[in-house]
Amino acid sequence: MQTFAYLRPSTLAEAVALLEAHAPDARLLAGGTDLIIGLRDGSERPRVVIDVKRVPELCCGIRDDGGTVTIGATTIMADLATSALVRRHFPALAEAAAAVGSAQIRNRATLAGNICNASPAADTAPPLLVYGAVVLAAGQHGARRIPISEFFVNPGVNALARDELVVAIELPVPAVRVGAAHVRRTRRRGHDLASVTLCAGVDETGVTRLAYGSVGPRPVLKIDESGVLADPAASGAARAAVFDKLFAEASPSPRSMRAGPAYRLAMLRVLGSRAVQTAIERLGEERTNG
Amino acid sequence: MADTLPVEMIVNGRRRAIEVPVNVTLLDLLRDELGLTGTKECCDVGECGACTVLVDGRAVDSCLMLAVEADGAEITTVEGLAADGQLSPLQQAFLDKGASQCGFCTPGQLMAAHALLQENPDPSLPQIQEGLSGNLCRCGCYFQIADAVLAVAQSGQEGGRK
Repeated sequence: MQTFAYLRPSTLAEAVALLEAHAPDARLLAGGTDLIIGLRDGSERPRVVIDVKRVPELCCGIRDDGGTVTIGATTIMADLATSALVRRHFPALAEAAAAVGSAQIRNRATLAGNICNASPAADTAPPLLVYGAVVLAAGQHGARRIPISEFFVNPGVNALARDELVVAIELPVPAVRVGAAHVRRTRRRGHDLASVTLCAGVDETGVTRLAYGSVGPRPVLKIDESGVLADPAASGAARAAVFDKLFAEASPSPRSMRAGPAYRLAMLRVLGSRAVQTAIERLGEERTNG
Repeated sequence: MADTLPVEMIVNGRRRAIEVPVNVTLLDLLRDELGLTGTKECCDVGECGACTVLVDGRAVDSCLMLAVEADGAEITTVEGLAADGQLSPLQQAFLDKGASQCGFCTPGQLMAAHALLQENPDPSLPQIQEGLSGNLCRCGCYFQIADAVLAVAQSGQEGGRK
């Protein structure tokens, strides 16, 4: 493996200062499930690797701050998938975290790493978009909050400034009942990147939030306020018209090796219908249980 | 010459203090420095699971982790499964069920299965398949591997320890 300097800050202030000092030539290391591969194959050539896993302010807790669930940046997928708090309030996020990689990957990969890599196929992106997550970032000039819908810019490019890092991801506990589901399409069962990844959230006021990824340069969120998708009695034609509108932005790359554009667009429809259907059923269960 | 850092870890119950180059993976440290060649190097991108070890009780791909990241951690490799010359029940079940053909993926399969049983001593077949989905077997022994894990789970000899 190429050479680099390895730095291990023990406070957030130290991490930010190191990032500021080395920014263009530094890479942050959290789970490392993508970075280590890049360091080995030479696609990443940082002079400095800053390991943020021992920064307590970023650490790996999931806590309920009363109305907001805050997930520390270095929380791993395995903990996200099994967290009682996440499963209660944001089950589609737990579902997406459980779909990431293999057990071995989920024991290393972090939520912040998944969004910072800004892969169009990031599995946690659609549920974070549906649940209206906010990214808490810190830099030399202080902290700021970035809505997740503004966080993904292009493949591999996120909205962070060069000297900023993610401290936590905040999720507002929905004020109304929501049923949600995450679904994905892969080439094979088991461990694979998604050809389409999608999350639907239907709330009791009839609003449907639909987010999808791996079919364009960034995952996107679309909202149906007409009530058509949330209505199980709506006609197929009416639903198709809404899906036409919501999926208009999908532009899968013809260069991707995982699936062709026509297939992805067709599957987007299928997954959209299935996820909305499941979300409606879960909303029904919420009503029964609630 | 790469920078080095002093690292302390417990490997298969034995405390190790080593000066480690920062650009060496945990996999390379285990194999090349500590001589624990049971852990296999194969895809080097976290796809195949041949390099699976336990870090603080969790199964991870040791090819995707720098050795310096394991500073302070407790590591278990396949060499840590057998005790006093006796195969662990899981290892014995792999033998009994013919779950190992060429054997190259076996250490990784064992470690992933061991972690799965620690977490869930009574997994269903789908849970075993999901738990081992990060471990590829080119010989195609998946049926026998799942069978071995199921058998040892049903015998109650593994899991829940520690």
